[in-house]
Amino acid sequence: MKNILAAIVITFFSISSFANEAEHEKVNSNKDYDPVPAIMEHISDAHGWHLWGGGHDAVSMPLPVILWTENGLVTFMSSEFHHDNEGHYIVSKTGLNFVNLHEKIYQLDAGSEHLAYDEKGKVTNVRPLDFSITKNVFGMFVSVLILLLVFLFAAKSYKGEIKAPRGVASFMEPLILFVKNDIALQNIGEKHHNRFLPFLLTAFFFIWFNNLLGLIPIPGLTGANITGNIAFTLVLSTITLLLTNLNGNKNYWKHIFWMPGAPVPIKIFLIPIELIGMIAKPFALMIRLFANMTAGHIIVLSLVSLIFVFKTIWMSPVSVAFTLFISVLELLVALLQAYVFTMLSALFIGSAVAEDH
Amino acid sequence: MDNPLVTPEIGMLFWTAVVFLLLMFVLTKFAWKPILAAVKEREASIEDALAAAKDAKLAMAALKSDNEDLLNQARVERDEMLKEAREIKDQVISDAKTAASTEAEKIVVAARESIQHEKMAAVTELKNQVALLSIEIAEKILKDELSSADKQKAIIDNLVKDINLN
Repeated sequence: MKNILAAIVITFFSISSFANEAEHEKVNSNKDYDPVPAIMEHISDAHGWHLWGGGHDAVSMPLPVILWTENGLVTFMSSEFHHDNEGHYIVSKTGLNFVNLHEKIYQLDAGSEHLAYDEKGKVTNVRPLDFSITKNVFGMFVSVLILLLVFLFAAKSYKGEIKAPRGVASFMEPLILFVKNDIALQNIGEKHHNRFLPFLLTAFFFIWFNNLLGLIPIPGLTGANITGNIAFTLVLSTITLLLTNLNGNKNYWKHIFWMPGAPVPIKIFLIPIELIGMIAKPFALMIRLFANMTAGHIIVLSLVSLIFVFKTIWMSPVSVAFTLFISVLELLVALLQAYVFTMLSALFIGSAVAEDH
Repeated sequence: MDNPLVTPEIGMLFWTAVVFLLLMFVLTKFAWKPILAAVKEREASIEDALAAAKDAKLAMAALKSDNEDLLNQARVERDEMLKEAREIKDQVISDAKTAASTEAEKIVVAARESIQHEKMAAVTELKNQVALLSIEIAEKILKDELSSADKQKAIIDNLVKDINLN
């Protein structure tokens, strides 16, 4: 629980500090280079994949924008916004006008050519349901392609007669067996662990591969901060939450609603705590993975930004050395976070299916 | 929750869920199950192979002891055969010796007998010859003695003298 709290605190602290810096930078924007917008652009999701250049000269890979609006499904390529994410360039489709403000797509009110703001400066326009193939979604598709290639190829080598694993299978088999024996079997137990193996194996390799791909900066293909996206970690931790509670046996629910072996007042006192714990466990999973991966990306980008902050090329050896060090560390973190997520998922599921002891 | 970093977007939620569930389905069907089944099968086959090796080792040991027994038996048999052969050889030699000495004795006896015969024959021959010679000598002596009347008269006298009319 200590780790979880620390993760939450660090995450929110870092986010709020970014916000402060951003405000601060607005004042001094003429003097110093502000790395925050560039870093935020890199770690945030986007419609279209920015490759190089800036403003109207920017080159980006267009990605499909898919919107569910009051007039039904609307699709167009992100290039139609002409690199605008300040909410100025209007794209008209099916009688509706859309603008892109900070990679969020808003629908302009009928007859208006500008976004509407309330007195606090918040946008009041409608946001259509945005199912776009964004940078993260596209990066995720790439990871799925790689995962399928690796594991279907690995599985193919097991066909036919029994033999020792070769090639990619010999590398992946120990990991698969590690997830099976040291994660699933250890935490869930002999009787139930096979049922949850598909989820645990897929989660482990999906997270690990996406963590790794996030570290490889090939613009337009890999390097998106997918596992550092809160929606991504929310989906995975929700699956853990559902698997845990849908498979919870009598014993599991008894521990939540009527803790055995405790005096009655404590039993009653423990109910809300256990109910919070039920949500807090997968919530911690969500925050941990998100915060760790986003932090890694931020550190690397910050180190690279040092060159621009100090406005000298002589800073680059320092940046390169530190970036290399952090990247190597991130290779470890990529595997570690996949392991931690899978291991804790197995632990939570294991506690739900455990027999009374 | 205004910060875009901690605001989950519906699109990413939707696509992550779809992609993850599909990936889980496909990988389970085409990767996890076949791989884990193959690994399990291989583990079983390795266990079988180890058990078979152990059995083979035991069988080998049994075979080895069998072989040793056979070898020992053969050695004993060989020794016996050698002993027998030696005995037979000794027997044959002693038999031969006995037979030879018997034969030699027989030959010697026969030779002795034949020598005896020859001797007898020669003695008889000699006796006959001596008799003949004696007769011849006697004849010649007689002739000589009886060549004159005086001598005949002397002899007759002598003979008459010898004859004692008692």
